[in-house]
Amino acid sequence: MARTILPFGPQHPVLPEPIHLTLELEDEIVVSAVPALGYVHRGLEKLCEVRDFHQMIQIVERVCGICSKIHAMCYCQSLEEMMGADVPRRAKYLRVVWSELHRIHSHLLWIGLFADAFGFESLFMQCWRIRERIMDINEATTGNRVVVSVNVIGGVRRDLSREHQTWIGEQLKLVEKEVLALKSTIVSDYTVKSRTQGVGVLTKDQAHQLGAVGPVLRASGWAQDARMLGYAAFDELDFEPVVEVDGDCYARLAVRFREVLQSVDLVRQALTRLPEGEISVPVKGKPNGEIITRVEQPRGELMYYIKGDDTKFLDRLRIRTPTFANIPPLLAMLPGVELADVPVVVLSIDPCISCTER
Amino acid sequence: MNDVITRITMDELPGLAQKMFGEGQRLATLTAVDLGDGTLDLLYHFDKDLVLSHYRLTVPKDAVAPSISGVYFAALLVENEIKDQFGLNFSGLALDFGGHLYLADEVQNAPFCKLSLTKKA
Repeated sequence: MARTILPFGPQHPVLPEPIHLTLELEDEIVVSAVPALGYVHRGLEKLCEVRDFHQMIQIVERVCGICSKIHAMCYCQSLEEMMGADVPRRAKYLRVVWSELHRIHSHLLWIGLFADAFGFESLFMQCWRIRERIMDINEATTGNRVVVSVNVIGGVRRDLSREHQTWIGEQLKLVEKEVLALKSTIVSDYTVKSRTQGVGVLTKDQAHQLGAVGPVLRASGWAQDARMLGYAAFDELDFEPVVEVDGDCYARLAVRFREVLQSVDLVRQALTRLPEGEISVPVKGKPNGEIITRVEQPRGELMYYIKGDDTKFLDRLRIRTPTFANIPPLLAMLPGVELADVPVVVLSIDPCISCTER
Repeated sequence: MNDVITRITMDELPGLAQKMFGEGQRLATLTAVDLGDGTLDLLYHFDKDLVLSHYRLTVPKDAVAPSISGVYFAALLVENEIKDQFGLNFSGLALDFGGHLYLADEVQNAPFCKLSLTKKA
């Protein structure tokens, strides 16, 4: 049978951001996929040469809106380690609180978009409705819904009052109750299963060899999560990575659904154990040397390489985002998939193109 | 540096990639750093069980570095990115975007170099 070349994207109803895939089809089955990027490349890494290292916090927060907090945390952790800052324990716990709130709202946003990709509009609506509670917490505690901008080099710029802590606890009870009410739909519904089970399979070996990270890696049977490194206050919290073994779209959905509940638990743990004390320390000097830092974003492992030369400008900033790592695995998921399932498979890696291109 | 970086040569790179792949190391990424003296540092970051290992290859900007995308397919995006941003050519790229992974066709400079290179066909 003759093969057909079909362009997928850069504008497509299921894609919040532009990416292009050249699909080679045999009948309606994908034979191969080739990506094309460059629609939202901004060259943000290069700005480190003309913005001082404090100003760069605001730049890296804008690499990705959905996980802005975690980008800034990774950047600040790198410089704190390089410059020998002893970050207060309370600041480390507060970083966990806002990080996990980000993970909850990112995963709820994604589950909604994923449901929308296979036409389950009411599930989309419910997920985004629940997500609003987290956005309200962000707004009330940081002044912003998305780019919360709480990190500084040496700690955080905002504290949580006892009233805020109590209120967050109450909101999380509601989030947990409402998310659990969706469990039977997400886990057992015929529509969800029929569109995701056995679709876009990434085997355990493929996931590792192709460099998958985050929920994509864990859905293929790997118990690997950068939070196991114990950065911020994760070394003092009870945490086990969420793992599924089937490697299909359903497994990736299941990992993220379970991680929403896990993050609710982590925020609770952090608030319960929140120590008293300062929230930041002054950090003097300028960055000098090289450092690599990793943290776990909602989409997976985030890596920052920083090189400083004892001036206020960095010599090099390199950001390896999770979607950048998950594109080669995506290319391995697509062959053998029906054309109608391509949007579902593409969305299953939770693609963030502004992260990918920076 | 918070971790040790082992220095390697261009000749050692293909063998290293095979060895790391055989040991079950995941390729985390590559990092290119312009040293400002006509050379680039290529840092290869591998991960196994959350332990990183790093290798540093220093190459002249006008050299052709061997691609490891034949061993680690995941390297193809970052090697193409380095080709875009620093103008460094790789031999044996699994998928070569010709210096236009991100950049439009009319862009002829390598924008991340301290002194920008003009690409030649």
